[in-house]
Amino acid sequence: MSALTLTMKTRLDQRVDMSPLVCNKLEGVSVTDIAAIELQNGKSKIRVDSLFAIKGSDTKNLVIQGSFFKLDFIGKELDGGTITVNGDVGAYLAQEMKSGTIKVKGNAGLYAACEMKNGYLEITGDSGDFLASALPGNKQGMKGGTVLVKGNVGERAGDHMRRGTVLIEGNAGDYCGSRMVAGTIAVMGQTGRYLGYAMRRGTLLLWNQPQLTATFNDCGSHTLAFLPILFASFRPLNSKFASETEAFNRVQKYAGDMSELGRGEVLVKI
Amino acid sequence: MIINGVTIDATFAEAFAMKATRAIITAQNEKWAMISAQAMTGFATSVIACGCEAGIERTLLPSETPDGRPGVSVLIFAMGGKGLAKQLETRAGQCVLTSPTSALFAGIDEGVQIPLGKNLRYFGDGFQVSKKIAGKRYWRIPVMDGEFLTEATTGRVEAVGGGNFLVLAKSQPQALAACEAAIEEMRKLANVIMPFPGGVVRSGSKVGSKYPALGASSNDAFCPTLKGMTKTELLPECESVMEIVIDGLTKEDIDIAMRAGIQAVCDLGAEEGIQRISAGNYGGKLGPFHFHLQEIMA
Repeated sequence: MSALTLTMKTRLDQRVDMSPLVCNKLEGVSVTDIAAIELQNGKSKIRVDSLFAIKGSDTKNLVIQGSFFKLDFIGKELDGGTITVNGDVGAYLAQEMKSGTIKVKGNAGLYAACEMKNGYLEITGDSGDFLASALPGNKQGMKGGTVLVKGNVGERAGDHMRRGTVLIEGNAGDYCGSRMVAGTIAVMGQTGRYLGYAMRRGTLLLWNQPQLTATFNDCGSHTLAFLPILFASFRPLNSKFASETEAFNRVQKYAGDMSELGRGEVLVKI
Repeated sequence: MIINGVTIDATFAEAFAMKATRAIITAQNEKWAMISAQAMTGFATSVIACGCEAGIERTLLPSETPDGRPGVSVLIFAMGGKGLAKQLETRAGQCVLTSPTSALFAGIDEGVQIPLGKNLRYFGDGFQVSKKIAGKRYWRIPVMDGEFLTEATTGRVEAVGGGNFLVLAKSQPQALAACEAAIEEMRKLANVIMPFPGGVVRSGSKVGSKYPALGASSNDAFCPTLKGMTKTELLPECESVMEIVIDGLTKEDIDIAMRAGIQAVCDLGAEEGIQRISAGNYGGKLGPFHFHLQEIMA
């Protein structure tokens, strides 16, 4: 059984809500019925077969070809299965994802992995603001799983993040780790201003010295035993994070944000 | 059955069901991992009064440990799950948490999860940090030498305790030499510990006592100085008996260990003063696991 492959026929002017097209919701649904599903497109509805050419029938393995930045909510509440996207995606990628794998070979918009609960999300390009964060007004962002971004990420990555791991091979924008409750964000590139703004707990693991606010205190240089275990857990990933040469266990530790609970930590490679 | 002049008695060792777990201790070097492991497994020879039976299983190469440092694996056995959890936590807190450069990890993933560092985290007084890595929860507890890293839980499995055999020799030095040879071979095996001092016990016990308060007392039938005073199991020329007790994760693990140990004793043979191999047989009163010596050595 080959993967259920949806190839875009046309690029619409209005945004498309892709949330009905996740593996767990399509399980046991015939291709004919999938073709008849109506997706929200701006104010109107559009049938799946009007937007995509459909091939294959394996709903556990969904492939979206020719995707572009107006396809929102891809993989929303995904609970098992694999979604592969070739092209850019819109906002809310993998929102509240519960399990499974999503791989995007392109860029992602705002709020990727927001309130994600578990599973694995990989973005080969860049990701927009509020990666792994909470929806506006909510108090808990990403709650579990792993997110890998091979490019750069926008502002407020990990805002209100509660648990899980976010790996960023590129740079992170301003307010990375803001209001973080717990979890781990690793950034290989540069970080912007106001790193860890109002973070309560959690770990920001950095390869480069950040510009820290006055509310972060230097705790000195240390060899931390959990780091080899953390890096070992990255080995299966298709990422620079999996490389043994990138692993380290000596860090400069800064504690903060002292304007908040102050139990968070910024660990910088030394 | 006679092997190299040593008589293998037609009897069986009786063993009983226990609960067990394995913990892995790592440190900056093997010396400090071993010091911590020795402390953790100290005063743990018998459940009769120690609360648990514990021992060092083996040393671990850096490539075999979770954090890539030298390590030691220890096995802990107790009669019940609650008792095991209490002993594990107390010993982890007093002997591993306190030991310089140490870290503590689960040695068994399956089974019922019991606290390893889960409650030790409160020592961190609010500064402790939790990390969930690859599905496992770890606690980083700030201590004066840096951070104590511990896995939150370890697996508890069903196990067997009290496998044993007795070495009957012409003299005390010969009995001890034979037991030392047996222990050397048995320590090469995984999944078993010999919890008594140096792996050898000279005060084997029988079930019950003339004193009502005691559940166990000296095994007078195998005490050489009582040969003329009690219903002895010993021949007149036997001057010393020593016992090796084995706890294992499975009956098969104990089978293998007993065979290795008895074979090592028999290799010394009658020429070295070894007369017989017998076992602690309590007439079925002690436990459901029976290790028939002649079947094991067949």
